[in-house]
Amino acid sequence: MQKPIIEVSHLYKDYQTALGPFPVLKDVSLSISAGEYVAIMGPSGSGKSTFMNILGCLDKPSSGEYTLDGHAVSELDSPRLAHIRNRTIGFVFQGFNLLTRSDLLDNVSLPLVYAGTGKRERHQRAQALLEKVGLGMYTASLPNQISGGQQQRVAIARALVNQPRLILADEPTGNLDSKTSEDIMRLFAELNDEGITIIIVTHEADIASHAKRQVRFLDGRIVHDSYTTPSPAAAEMEPA
Amino acid sequence: MFGAMLGEAWHAMGANRLRTFLTMLGMVIGVSAVVLMMAIGQGAQESVKQSINAMGSNLFIVLSGSRTTSGARLGGGNAASLTVQDGEAIARLEGVKAVAPVSMGNAQVIFGSSNWATSIIGTTPDYLDVRGWNLTEGYSFSDSDIRSATRVALVGKTVVENLFADSDPVGKTIRIKQAPFVVLGVLESKGQSLDGRDQDDTIIVPLTTAQRKLFGAQFPDSVRMLMVQAESPQTMTMAENGMNSLLRQRHKLREDDEDDFFVRNLTAAAKSAAETTRTMSLLLGAIASVSLLVGGIGIMNIMLVSVTERTREIGIRMAIGARERDIMQQFLLEAIMISVAGCLIGLFLGIGGALLVNLLTGASIVISSNAAITAFAVAATVGVFFGFYPARKAARMNPIEALRYQ
Ligand SMILES: Nc1ncnc2c1ncn2[C@@H]1O[C@H](COP(=O)(O)OP(=O)(O)OP(=O)(O)O)[C@@H](O)[C@H]1O
Ligand SMILES: [Mg+2]
Repeated sequence: MQKPIIEVSHLYKDYQTALGPFPVLKDVSLSISAGEYVAIMGPSGSGKSTFMNILGCLDKPSSGEYTLDGHAVSELDSPRLAHIRNRTIGFVFQGFNLLTRSDLLDNVSLPLVYAGTGKRERHQRAQALLEKVGLGMYTASLPNQISGGQQQRVAIARALVNQPRLILADEPTGNLDSKTSEDIMRLFAELNDEGITIIIVTHEADIASHAKRQVRFLDGRIVHDSYTTPSPAAAEMEPA
Repeated sequence: MFGAMLGEAWHAMGANRLRTFLTMLGMVIGVSAVVLMMAIGQGAQESVKQSINAMGSNLFIVLSGSRTTSGARLGGGNAASLTVQDGEAIARLEGVKAVAPVSMGNAQVIFGSSNWATSIIGTTPDYLDVRGWNLTEGYSFSDSDIRSATRVALVGKTVVENLFADSDPVGKTIRIKQAPFVVLGVLESKGQSLDGRDQDDTIIVPLTTAQRKLFGAQFPDSVRMLMVQAESPQTMTMAENGMNSLLRQRHKLREDDEDDFFVRNLTAAAKSAAETTRTMSLLLGAIASVSLLVGGIGIMNIMLVSVTERTREIGIRMAIGARERDIMQQFLLEAIMISVAGCLIGLFLGIGGALLVNLLTGASIVISSNAAITAFAVAATVGVFFGFYPARKAARMNPIEALRYQ
C-alpha cells in the first residue's frame, strides 16, 4: 500500500455563530494515498466544502489532526502554509475565482510569481498549460471574454502550473453543462493517470463515477467510503 | 518577481484612473506647495543675504538726534550735532577701522538732454572702503578733492542707465543742481538694500563739495551721519562703547543728559532681518507640509477602500500561494507608486509655479535640488507610512474569509 498523502483523524469543525458554536464536521477520519482519485458526495450543508477548505490549508479545524505529506498542518506557520498552497496543492473552485482584471496568461502564471519563477519560464509554462486545456489561442483574453467551461479550464491550468501533487476541486462542474462537465472530468482522469492525487466534491453520481473512490458525507460525518475499482486498500477495509 | 509586482501595481492604478488621479492630487498639491514655498522662502533669504553682503561688514551708523525709551528715533539726523571732527575722533578709537562722514540729499541731474532725480551722497574716499564698494570704471576722488571741494562725481549703475544711453560716462560732465561735475568713475552694482531701496540709484561726491555747493549747510562742519566700520566682529562691542562715551564727552553732555546722537549696529540689524526671513520661510514650508500630510491621509483612505473592495482578489492570491509578505508588498507598492507619481507631478508644478512667480513679480526664487530630494523622500515616506496600515490589513486577512467575501 502507498504511503498516505492525506491523513485526517478525529477532525471537528465548529463555526462560531450568534447562537453559539455550530458543529459542521464531527469526528471525521480519512486516509488518502498518493495517486488516488476520490469523489466526495453528500447533501447540501453536510460539510463537504468545509472539509475541502481544511484539506486545502485555507481553513483550520477546531480540533483533530491533519497530516499532509507527513507534516502536521496545525504546526505549520503562515508562510509555510502559503508555500504548501503554492507548491503541493492545486485548488479548483466552483466559482473559478480568476482575477478578472488579468488576462488568461497572467492568471495561469500567477502561482509561479509567488514561487519566484522567472518571467520567461512563467510564460512558457502558462502557455503550455493553456494549450493542454485547449485554450492556447486565448492567452491574451480576459476571463469575462470566455465561457464558464473555458474559465474552469483556465482555473485548472492555474492549479496545475506549479506541478502540484494534489488537486482539490470543490464542485468544479457545478456551474457547467453536462457536455462541458465531461470534458473537465476527462482532464482530471488524464491528470490522475499522470500520478496526481485528485479529490473532487460533486453532487452528481455520474461525475462521481469517474473517480476510483467515493466518500459520502452526511451531517458532518463520513457515512460511506467505497472503491469502484478494486484496490488493496478497499480489500483491507471491506473483506468480501 | 519584483518586476511582476510592479506591473500589477501599475495595472491596479490604471484600473480606476479617476480615483487614482484624485488620490494623487492630494500629493500633487502638497508637494508643489512645499516646493513653491521653499523656492520663494529660499529666494527671499538669498536676496537678504546679498543685501547684507553688499552693505559692508561690521558696520555702524551714527546719527544725530536722540532715542526715546521706546527705541524710536526722534529727529534723527536733523539736529546738527554730529561733526566731521567727531568722525575723526572716532576713527582714532581702538577697534575702529575707518569712519566716513556722510551728508545726503536729493537732486536733479542732467546730462545732455536726459535728466534724472537721484540721491546724492557727500562723503570722503573712505566711504567706498567702509561699504566695500568698488568701481567698475574710472577712479575715485582723493583727499585733495575734499580739501579743495572739487566738482567730481562717482555715478551708480541706475544713474548711468538713465543718463548715458550708450556713451561711456567717465570723463563726461553732468550737471547736478545746475553745477557742472566731472564723472570720475562708475560704481559697481549693489542691488537692493534691506529696506528695498535701489542702492545703485545714487551719485557720490566729495563731502565738502556737497556741503558747500549743493546743500548749503548752515553749520559748515556738521554732517547728517557717520558711517563707522569696526576692525572685526570681535571689536564691535568695544567700538560701540568707545563711540558712546567719546561722543558724550565731545558733546559735553552731563551725567543725566540724554544722548544727542544715536548709534545703530547695522550688522546686527541685518542679522535679525536674515533671521526673520529664515523664520518666515520655515513657517511657509511648515504650512505647506500640512497639505502633504493631508495628501498622505487621502492615500490611506483610498488604500483602505481598495483593500476592502479587493478582498476576494486577496483571498484568491492567498489560496494560490501568496504569503502575507507578498500581499503586503503589493499594496505598499501601490501606495508608494501613487505617492511618488503624485510627487513627481507636484515637483514639476511647484518648480513651474516658482518660475511663474519669478516672472510675474520679479521676486527672487531658489530652486535647490535639496528641496526636490526632500520632497521626494517625504513622498516616499508618506506612501510607506500611510500605505502601511491598509497593506497590513490586507496581509492579515484570513484566506477563507477573504474568498467568501461577496
Ligand atoms: N462561515 C460560516 N459561518 C457559519 N456557518 C457556516 C459557514 N460556512 C458554512 N457554514 C455552515 O456549515 C455547514 C456546512 O457548510 P458547507 O459549505 O461545508 O456545506 P457543503 O456540504 O459544501 O454544501 P453544498 O453542497 O451546498 O456546497 C452549513 O450548514 C453552513 O450553513
Ligand atoms: Mg460546498
